Amino acid sequence: MAKTVLQSININKYFSDPVRVQVLREVNLAIDQGEFVAVTGKSGCGKSTLLYILSTMDTDYEGELRIDDVVMRGKTEGELALVRNEKIGFVFQFHYLLNEFSVLKNVMLPGLKLRKHSAEEVEHKAMERLKTLGLEKLALKMANQLSGGEKQRVAIARALINDPIIIMGDEPTGNLDKKNGDLVFDIFKQLCEESNQTLLIVTHDQGFADNTHRIIEMEDGRILKH
Amino acid sequence: MNLKLLADIAKALLLARWKQSLVAAVGVTFSITMFIALLGFMNGLNSLLDGLILNRTAHVRLFNEVKPNPNQPINLAEAFKGGHNFIQSVKSSGSRVELYNSGAIMRAVQADPRVLGFSPKINAPVLYNAGTIDINGAVSGIDVEKESKFYFFDNYVTSGKSLDLKNISNSIILGKGVADKLLAEIGDVVQVTTSQGERLPLKVVGYFQSGIADFDKVQSYASIATVQKLLGKPNNYVTDLQIKLKDLAQAPAVGKEYAQRFQCDAEDIQTANSQFETGSSVRSLISYAVGIVLLIVAGFGIYNILNMMIYDKMDTIAILKATGFSGSDVRKIFIGIALTIGILGGLTGLAFGLLISFGIDQIPFNTAALPTVKTYPVDYNPKFYVIGIVFSLITTYAAGFFPARKASKVDPVVIIRGK
Ligand SMILES: Nc1ncnc2c1ncn2[C@@H]1O[C@H](COP(=O)(O)OP(=O)(O)OP(=O)(O)O)[C@@H](O)[C@H]1O
Ligand SMILES: [Mg+2]
Repeated sequence: MAKTVLQSININKYFSDPVRVQVLREVNLAIDQGEFVAVTGKSGCGKSTLLYILSTMDTDYEGELRIDDVVMRGKTEGELALVRNEKIGFVFQFHYLLNEFSVLKNVMLPGLKLRKHSAEEVEHKAMERLKTLGLEKLALKMANQLSGGEKQRVAIARALINDPIIIMGDEPTGNLDKKNGDLVFDIFKQLCEESNQTLLIVTHDQGFADNTHRIIEMEDGRILKH
Repeated sequence: MNLKLLADIAKALLLARWKQSLVAAVGVTFSITMFIALLGFMNGLNSLLDGLILNRTAHVRLFNEVKPNPNQPINLAEAFKGGHNFIQSVKSSGSRVELYNSGAIMRAVQADPRVLGFSPKINAPVLYNAGTIDINGAVSGIDVEKESKFYFFDNYVTSGKSLDLKNISNSIILGKGVADKLLAEIGDVVQVTTSQGERLPLKVVGYFQSGIADFDKVQSYASIATVQKLLGKPNNYVTDLQIKLKDLAQAPAVGKEYAQRFQCDAEDIQTANSQFETGSSVRSLISYAVGIVLLIVAGFGIYNILNMMIYDKMDTIAILKATGFSGSDVRKIFIGIALTIGILGGLTGLAFGLLISFGIDQIPFNTAALPTVKTYPVDYNPKFYVIGIVFSLITTYAAGFFPARKASKVDPVVIIRGK
């Protein structure tokens, strides 16, 4: 049996602004190494909220979160930053590249931060990633000179730079046209098949979800089925 | 090497907003420039004005005051020891104003490690004779070389050579005011009469201008030997010993000690000129205050620009945090930006301050009171430059601290959701 890389046990989440409402109810899920999982559900059912908790950016929740068999509760802000840096690759809906830097530097930054490899090695790795995504010609362009689809692929390259145990995405194709969306999906699929990369992707696109290994359907803060 | 990465990011953010950053840096530059120029000029003036007094004042002066003898004979008489004796019409015993055993005192003073040097002196009240009128005055017998070395006598001799006092016998350097009254040219001979009625012709070898006109109207200088001859005294006759110490602050203590040890009177510079330090310190205080106020204003500039930058770069901060940079990394980046502005602005400020100081140094400044000064005085003390750069670092750090802390607290979830 494959190793569980991400596990949530009885996670509850409340927002108390303006009144206390529960947005996640008893969320239990486990994601194994190499799985390609889609999270779907109506707008407002708590998908993003769950993803922010699972990615350690939101620490204000009840229940237990384990990443790579390590409990996240009790870790300091700095330690959680390190977990994100080392183990999680994040792809957002609105590409979120740093406009002050070149494409290559954008991809390199998390790797430079981790300092597991020398700057030259990180650069080499970043170039490799860009090549596999067909972006090597853009490497030296500034991030704000790219099209939306290109930006999203660069963001995927960046998410991959530290060989994370899981890649999370919050509607990564939501802002792209059909062609670019398919391109991104193909990349995910390829990563999963060729590199055994674990992926957890929130999506509204039923076609996208249908092509993954597993769909987690949410409603009203609850998981309906996995 | 984490710091190098953070510095890289700071640099990129700085360059992305380089116009505003430049404005902030120019603010710092301006205040540091003013700070340096102001302090240099103020302190130049201070040391000039202090020098007027300090250069010519002994740190400790040993002399014998004309005063009644505290040990009146009746106090020594066995029969009256127990009582309190009232004596009327006591007269001062001013017969001997010389320092007793001056040779031994000089040797002892010379051997004292606290002493930088000393210059012996004889003060003699005289009358200058010019035709039918007599002008009141005083002649000081000095050791020209020592007086020049410790009290800058040279600087105040405006015409003639001070060393001629030593080399030409029976010579005198007249105060400029005295010379004007006597219509005495260099090379003329003037008649000088002592209070005892001795009269001696002395050859004028120079003029002396102290910067204090009243002083120059009465004072003249001659060599010690000449004055001894004028007074008909032996060659160990000295009335004053002007001692310069290595540390001016020790003057009161040393003065007290010497008065005890040599059985004479001692006056220290702090007692003699208690007021001069007040002016200096007030002037310094004003310059520091102005400099610091300017820096604080510049600090607000930096604060504003960093705040703007943070609002502008919320997305960048959020993405940095989402990809594994911690709050403290983000804080360091913004502190780094602030300090870069501070260091660059501060260093340019030091350079401009130095340039302005050079400029002030070129402006002519002629005054009759200060014959040796031709341009405005400027103090180039490196201390001001160190203080300037330290101040600029402290203010920029303080100005960057709160924006940086705000940036470190940015919650990436809020930003990412807000898109
Ligand atoms: N900061 C907040 N304060 C209060 N309520 C919030 C806050 N953020 C989100 N919510 C609420 O929590 C619920 C879940 O939001 P979430 O963004 O997780 O939904 P979602 O499933 O991602 O929706 P969508 O598909 O539209 O992105 C929503 O009802 C939303 O209004
Ligand atoms: Mg959402």
